[in-house]
Amino acid sequence: MAAKKTTKKANVSKEELLSYYRDMLLIRRFEEKAGQLYGMGLIGGFCHLYIGQEAVVVGLEAATKDGDKRITSYRDHGHMLACGMDPKGVMAELTGREGGYSKGKGGSMHMFSKEKHFYGGHGIVAAQVPLGAGLAFSDKYRGNDNVTFTYFGDGAANQGQVYETFNMAALWDLPVIFVIENNQYAMGTAMARSTSSPDIYTRGAAFGIKGEAVDGMDVLAVKEASEKAVAHCRAGKGPYILEVKTYRYRGHSMSDPAKYRTREEVQKMRDERDCIEQVRDILLTGKHATDEDLKAIDKEIKGIVNEAAEFSKESPEPSLDELYTDIYMEAEA
Amino acid sequence: MATEILMPALSPTMEEGTLAKWLVKEGDTVSSGDIMAEIETDKATMEFEAVDEGIIGKILIAEGTEGVKVNTAIAILVEEGESADDVKASSGGAADDDEDKAPINEPMSANPGAPVAVVVPAEMDIPEGTEMKPTTVREALRDAMAEEMRRTPEVFLMGEEVAEYQGAYKISQGLLDEFGAKRVIDTPITEHGFAGIGVGAAFGGLNPIVEFMTFNFAMQAIDHIINSAAKTLYMSGGQMGCPIVFRGPNGAAARVGAQHSHDYAAWYSQIPGLKVVMPYSAADAKGLLKSAIRDPNPVVFLENEILYGQSFDVPVMDDYTVPLGKAKIWREGTDVTIVSFGIGMKYALEAADKLAEDGISAEVLDLRTLRPMDTGAIIESVKKTNRCVTVEEGFPVCSIGNYISSVLMQEAFDYLDAPVINCTGKDVPMPYAANLEKLALTTTKEVIDAVKAVTYR
Repeated sequence: MAAKKTTKKANVSKEELLSYYRDMLLIRRFEEKAGQLYGMGLIGGFCHLYIGQEAVVVGLEAATKDGDKRITSYRDHGHMLACGMDPKGVMAELTGREGGYSKGKGGSMHMFSKEKHFYGGHGIVAAQVPLGAGLAFSDKYRGNDNVTFTYFGDGAANQGQVYETFNMAALWDLPVIFVIENNQYAMGTAMARSTSSPDIYTRGAAFGIKGEAVDGMDVLAVKEASEKAVAHCRAGKGPYILEVKTYRYRGHSMSDPAKYRTREEVQKMRDERDCIEQVRDILLTGKHATDEDLKAIDKEIKGIVNEAAEFSKESPEPSLDELYTDIYMEAEA
Repeated sequence: MATEILMPALSPTMEEGTLAKWLVKEGDTVSSGDIMAEIETDKATMEFEAVDEGIIGKILIAEGTEGVKVNTAIAILVEEGESADDVKASSGGAADDDEDKAPINEPMSANPGAPVAVVVPAEMDIPEGTEMKPTTVREALRDAMAEEMRRTPEVFLMGEEVAEYQGAYKISQGLLDEFGAKRVIDTPITEHGFAGIGVGAAFGGLNPIVEFMTFNFAMQAIDHIINSAAKTLYMSGGQMGCPIVFRGPNGAAARVGAQHSHDYAAWYSQIPGLKVVMPYSAADAKGLLKSAIRDPNPVVFLENEILYGQSFDVPVMDDYTVPLGKAKIWREGTDVTIVSFGIGMKYALEAADKLAEDGISAEVLDLRTLRPMDTGAIIESVKKTNRCVTVEEGFPVCSIGNYISSVLMQEAFDYLDAPVINCTGKDVPMPYAANLEKLALTTTKEVIDAVKAVTYR
């Protein structure tokens, strides 16, 4: 299962490579475990896995600083883990338990962390796009140099509110990076059948927003593009579009048999382009790490994920009183 | 350690399925991501992937087996050198057991359908001798925004034509001059987008006032008002508040046709997480808007174009506020309670005047806030008058009046001497022709007739 060789970036340290490897692996193992718990009936409803797309969030997060915000759609587990949210709290939300980030009241699609500046977790396709621009608005209003990462998919890129937002973000120079995670399928509809122009990153041109396409299976390429976009936004030059070309290995949600693409297509991506295998390859061929080193990381990650799964099973269901809490905030006296 | 591979649930509703095909056989080595079997659910045939690595020690359910319950062991995964017999007794079905134990049928409260109680602060006392200044609703709304914008820099106003044009209905007149373009922001005509940006700014901790040129246009933005603003606090387990006000004229103006005349009072009042305000007088418009801007929750503030130009006495005070959630008795009476809000109050008060000439004493109650609704005040009044008529301009089906009728039936049935009558707009899109439009709204005569009907006169 040799991954395609990535051009070695001279300025990437061993520590960085290991941290990307670790972060991507955590997402993958977490999602595999989530899939397993779904199969056991411990997770209900909709559950959208991020497997295959790990390099996108890990690469983008590599260029963030404290205070930066992020917001995404319902395929959100990876984003939460990548910004440092606790896997136990995320998994317990998936199982609908008290220890979950939303006390079990949000579920897979609706989690938030003020502490980590993660603003959800939104279930209406593209709704997070103006919301993300609004978060960026709040930072610009306050006069700081924070940036908001607003993630959405190739499917969402066809929604009208995206272009309303592009217009206002450009008009008001909002510090927002629109990250279009192009995994090539809007649920089950391939790009070619839903999207008139294949180059989504050019969609901002009409509003004067710079955009570029990035190989989303290459975490180093994503990180480099993220740094460039962040520098643009922090300098007060307004929004930036990154179309990150990626691939989801699993179906749209757990109940998607994915008959709209061939098994071979998926297998080819896994064999030739897998983001984790690519970093693993660089680590081993560059002699940054031994097989043993990586096995140790694998074991550590497995431990974290198993611990999260155990917590998510042991954490009690929310108290019945929770039905009627958190609907309104108390006004300050 | 040998582990059981369990029949997976592959859709939100799957309870059992057909193990259509095994793609591995006993003795095969599998690793995470390998497809092991095809399983037919109620919806589709799904591929079932391995999560752990190991060797297929034993296949327990043969391919082609139908009706395999979720969580049944279908195979045993072993490690090198292990035997399938090492597996411990089945642990499947644990999740089901838990479900059985959960006391899901326990009653939540005496009235599970009741909206969540919100603590309402007491009405502000207006000191004796306070100067009362005739003020239009338009000026009162502007004054409320200006006072709150002076109070804190976190408050800002955005919407179509709010800045340089000075407001499509001149509500924001003068605000751009005083507060500048950073805080009084003209938006493009993109309600969906700027409502979402407003909600995002509120998540970011600011206090936006989003003006809709009319609430008819807010239908383009209703997803953000309901799905993004109203529900996020709950979905986040109480973390993510949304201190925002959506305001603008609502309901019929005059001769503007079906697409510009819709009254949304009942729509928004249905939504847990929103507060909904619909003032009548200028003093209430000012005091309620100031409270709405300070409220940490999303507030839908429904104004009325016809009322904008009407003058009412407003107390001259440094900081006059009216609490959300508290109704007000405009006129005391003993024979019937007329409940209304917003411009409906015009018909209610006119009817009360005329009824007095006929010797009928009507108590007129202005709800002011529709959510949370001060149902206690309605019930108290009805306990005294034993009769109730509701008045609103909105559509009759699932109206505010319908809800009040239901509350009175459940909570004050023994006090009612007649059925509650709801005076509403007619069940038609708003016509343009002047005579038809007048007929499509409720009328003072209809209110008088309804009162006579419930008082058997």
